[in-house]
Amino acid sequence: MLRLASVCLHFGGLRVLEDVNLEIPERGIFGLIGPNGAGKTTIFNLITGLLAPSAGAVEFFGERLDGQPPHRIVRRGIARTFQNIRLFRDMSARENLLVAMGGESGGIARALLAGRGRDGEARRRARAEELLARVRLGDKAETAASALSYGEQRRLELARALATGPRLLLLDEPAAGMNAGEKRELMSEIVKLEESGLNIMIIEHDMGFIMNLCREIAVLNFGRIIARGAPAEVRADPQVIEAYLGRDEESAAKP
Amino acid sequence: MEWLETFWATYSTLALSVGTNILLALSIYLTLACGLLTVANAAFMGIGAYTAALLTLNAGAPFGAAVLAGALLAAAAALAIGRPTLRLSGVYLAMATLAFGEVVRILILNAEDLTGGALGLNGIPQLAGAVHVLVAVAAALAILLRLAHSRFGRAIAAIRQDEIAAELLGLDVGAYKLFCFVAGAALAGLAGALNAHFTFFIGPSEFGFERAVEILAMGVLGGVASPWGAALGAALITLLPEMLRGLGHYRPLINGLILILIILYSPNGLWDLVRAAARRARAARAGTPC
Repeated sequence: MLRLASVCLHFGGLRVLEDVNLEIPERGIFGLIGPNGAGKTTIFNLITGLLAPSAGAVEFFGERLDGQPPHRIVRRGIARTFQNIRLFRDMSARENLLVAMGGESGGIARALLAGRGRDGEARRRARAEELLARVRLGDKAETAASALSYGEQRRLELARALATGPRLLLLDEPAAGMNAGEKRELMSEIVKLEESGLNIMIIEHDMGFIMNLCREIAVLNFGRIIARGAPAEVRADPQVIEAYLGRDEESAAKP
Repeated sequence: MEWLETFWATYSTLALSVGTNILLALSIYLTLACGLLTVANAAFMGIGAYTAALLTLNAGAPFGAAVLAGALLAAAAALAIGRPTLRLSGVYLAMATLAFGEVVRILILNAEDLTGGALGLNGIPQLAGAVHVLVAVAAALAILLRLAHSRFGRAIAAIRQDEIAAELLGLDVGAYKLFCFVAGAALAGLAGALNAHFTFFIGPSEFGFERAVEILAMGVLGGVASPWGAALGAALITLLPEMLRGLGHYRPLINGLILILIILYSPNGLWDLVRAAARRARAARAGTPC
């Protein structure tokens, strides 16, 4: 489904990603983990077109994504959430979703010519209600995004990503800042999304969360993929353990 | 009706200035509304003014065609500089558009054969009347109000608040910005073309930095919440100095003070203040404490 082929990203002399090869099959939740600064979010930025690779290619269902502007990539069916929430704070929850449905309804010309209430606005509103209900924000449609609680904002951001009608959903640390109960709820929500046929890729630091959820995991360290496989395999991989815990002094001292 | 005639004889230029300033404020509203800080609108106004005035003066073009040509040429200039400059943001975009404004002013100043240089253009036929200005303002306001309440308005509000998030939700941010910039330039060009045809004279200094800042002030004062805000900002900036005429030397001081106070107490613009007052009035009528 999604393929990163020999992707490199350099900023001057800084090698952020080095020869990253990833093939993510359809169905199943795919996890991307690694220590801070390993380049995980950078990979999301490359997939969504915010950054262009210095070398290599990104393909989605056989089509090249690199070099395309982000809004086109979204329309091909890739949506994402952000590590730090990026809602339109002054807009209501419903409006946040309506903005996200603007892209699939055609470009700026259509938006200019369409008046209020016409051009599928009723259909979009109905879909917004549906999505709000799905993330348990049905009674908060009119509330400004900035007035929602942290957990509600996270759920609204998820709904907003879904509103673009994705085939692949990229979640960047969706459980950050959540308590155990909220994490459990989020997990079952993600599982439900996967069961409905959506492809999902997650960056997450919470190991319990990711090990339970993902069918497969790739580990990124210093811009390279150092391991990939089922959660149990990855957990036992000595390179992964080293990346996370370091190695003990004795073995480090050996040449 | 005699008092009306006297009133109009005294204040017609002021009234027409309010009208063209509303057009200018709406032109900057369009770019401010999608989060762009541009200061090229005085230059676009100049392009519109010179184009239209030269066409009626030298080519004997009909007034309507001259005004249209002024607006279109300003839009074409915006299209040409918009593509490279709109990738910039914040202060850098302001600098680039400021530089463009200076280029236009200096071009006008030096193309003496065509523009009269520093002496400006004299004896422009006074073809623009209250009706023309009124129709232009009403049409511009109606169109922008309709846009503001449509999917388009929602999109530019999203771009203003977080352009990366908007782009990643499938909005072609670049196209929206370019459209607002070009449409704003057309409005400024229209304002310039109309303005030239009731002031009799235009010169390059009218379209320089000071005018650019004045336009920006009208837009910022009005706020981006609604096109009505821009109209209100323009009316206030134009009329306030007139209302303070009795203050003599202190006039600029008090004028500035009032503007500072408004921005301090209503940083989101005048229209925000009006809306808040309306909300409070409604709440009071409904009998609920606010």
